Amino acid sequence: MSSVQIRDVRKSFGNFEVLHGVTVPIEDGQFVVLVGPSGCGKSTLLRMLAGLENITSGTISIGDRVVNNVQPKERDIAMVFQNYALYPHMTVADNMGFSLKLRNAGADEINKRVKRAAEILALSPLLDRYPRQLSGGQRQRVAMGRAIVRDPQVFLFDEPLSNLDAKLRVAMRTEIKELHQRLKTTTVYVTHDQIEAMTMADKIVVMHDGIVEQMGTPLELYDKPDNQFVAGFIGSPAMNFLKGHVRVNGVATFEGPNGVKLPLKTAPAASDGRPAVYGVRPEHFTIADDGAEAEIIVVEPTGSETQVFAKIGGEQVVAVFRERHQFNPGDKVRLKPDPSLVHLFDEATGKRLNA
Amino acid sequence: MADVAIPRAKPQMSEDSAWTQLKHNRNWLGFWFMVPAMAFLIFFLAYPLGLGIWLSFTDTRIGRVGHFVATENYEWLWDDSIFWLSVFNTLLYTFIASALKFAIGLYLALLLNENMPFKAMLRAMVLIPFIVPTVLSALAFWWIFDSQFSIISWSLRHLGLIDQNINFLGDTTWARICVIFANIWRGVPFVAITLLAGLQTVSPSLYEAATLDGATRWQNFRFITYPLLTPIIAVVMTFSVLFTFTDFQLIWAMTRGGPVNATHLMATLSYQRAIIAGQLGEGAAISSAMIPFLLAAIMVSWFGLQRRKWQQGENND
Repeated sequence: MSSVQIRDVRKSFGNFEVLHGVTVPIEDGQFVVLVGPSGCGKSTLLRMLAGLENITSGTISIGDRVVNNVQPKERDIAMVFQNYALYPHMTVADNMGFSLKLRNAGADEINKRVKRAAEILALSPLLDRYPRQLSGGQRQRVAMGRAIVRDPQVFLFDEPLSNLDAKLRVAMRTEIKELHQRLKTTTVYVTHDQIEAMTMADKIVVMHDGIVEQMGTPLELYDKPDNQFVAGFIGSPAMNFLKGHVRVNGVATFEGPNGVKLPLKTAPAASDGRPAVYGVRPEHFTIADDGAEAEIIVVEPTGSETQVFAKIGGEQVVAVFRERHQFNPGDKVRLKPDPSLVHLFDEATGKRLNA
Repeated sequence: MADVAIPRAKPQMSEDSAWTQLKHNRNWLGFWFMVPAMAFLIFFLAYPLGLGIWLSFTDTRIGRVGHFVATENYEWLWDDSIFWLSVFNTLLYTFIASALKFAIGLYLALLLNENMPFKAMLRAMVLIPFIVPTVLSALAFWWIFDSQFSIISWSLRHLGLIDQNINFLGDTTWARICVIFANIWRGVPFVAITLLAGLQTVSPSLYEAATLDGATRWQNFRFITYPLLTPIIAVVMTFSVLFTFTDFQLIWAMTRGGPVNATHLMATLSYQRAIIAGQLGEGAAISSAMIPFLLAAIMVSWFGLQRRKWQQGENND
């Protein structure tokens, strides 16, 4: 196990720069999730960490060693690929033992370590099978087994769950997290799924267009997104954004679309009339007499909660209630955002305005 | 489909004439669809093969109906040193040419699978020897290896490496080398392009995974590429061996089996005896003698081609 330091890393393909100076410190034993929409550079960054892509500038160190020019096999990392990349002509045991075989480990040693990994992942009965004879979840576990066997400094996961069905994905998510808690190996995990990021990470790195938008613990990102991109990316259903102006007439308010008044706890200093974006998460609406008038469009019950799509000042918002309100499309209700949980962003830069 | 099924459902089906049944029964319908292909195979493959084997048991000559002579032709061949020389030549030719075609073809395929400029054009160029008609390329080689006008001899002489022309097609060893070279030149594209197709089915992430597992380039080839390529190698080499073993055009155009029968293959000897000399029975016997060798080659690939366990489907054993 060891820490990983990514310092001002850039990557260009020809003249096209895809990573514009990314710095991510990763502590020993941390589970870090790189998350972002496709094309944000997260997979490229992971592949640079693995040594599968060259580093255009900046440094990546594993432990105390700068690995920019270190061969992949000497970096002491193991990677789980999106398509698992299992060797189709090898049994599960041979797949898991391949790296040890290449390092000329003895047969006993290989056997012992493969068995141990198989026990951890409940793969023992499958050791003699070929990848084709396995289900998606089993293949996924073999891919992880191949990584575990090597006992590397760092685990890398490249969207490992995206080929699984929804139910299995949730199960494997828990399994990977449990595995990490057990082995405590430093892990870098790439995904485009913010729920995976939220549920698994010690630290989330939100990437967008080749830069790091924000990093922090899942709840930090949820509670205090640095900018509108992170605010919209983290959380499901996504945060509602309403454009308008800050008003400070004794009491701070936000004047939303078509003059709708929305509550603010405090206004940013000297901001009367400032154009801004008002962000409120769907779960932070309540029904209250002093709320903003809204017309219900669609009601989607999921059992544990109900998603309500409504229009405030002509703009569509979504609210989530755990209570079972009786709403019908066309009903007029008063939705009130919780002022202490409201986010305010600069309209031009998207930067967070309120503390 | 519907008008086929309806009469069967009706009670008077048993009263249908045999002809109507032949027209409407699904099994017969299937049979009718197979007839053209079957006829083609019977007339153009099975019949000539059967006739050839039959002829080999007769003393038929051109223009004279033969009589059944049992294994007399084979007994003759058994004591015929030229026949045994042709068997040796064929085996030598097949073995060396196939081995080299495989080695060069695999090398080319690996090379063409790399990223390089003008990849598409290079791939197309590799096919050229395969596209040129055999006889045409054989004639070209005939000139290249000509005793007087050979460009190779000319070049070497002008480089001062030799004093007189090499008698490429007149010397037994040189002649064998030359025809084998020509066969390899012609056969490599087939092997290379087919293996390249096989290489392209190997997922790049397997190489990445192996690289992270610590494999060198050689180990990548040895443990990933080669095992994954074995099924296609088995197919391509079976065809290559069959084509080479039965080769006729190249030899006939270049050497006609000479000098002193040094390049006579079974196919060319058979042609010479059957058509040129008119001894159809004996020629047929030589041709038929190729059958066991070809069957052996097919058996090898049959067992080599048996789907390996890792290729099998979802069953658990």
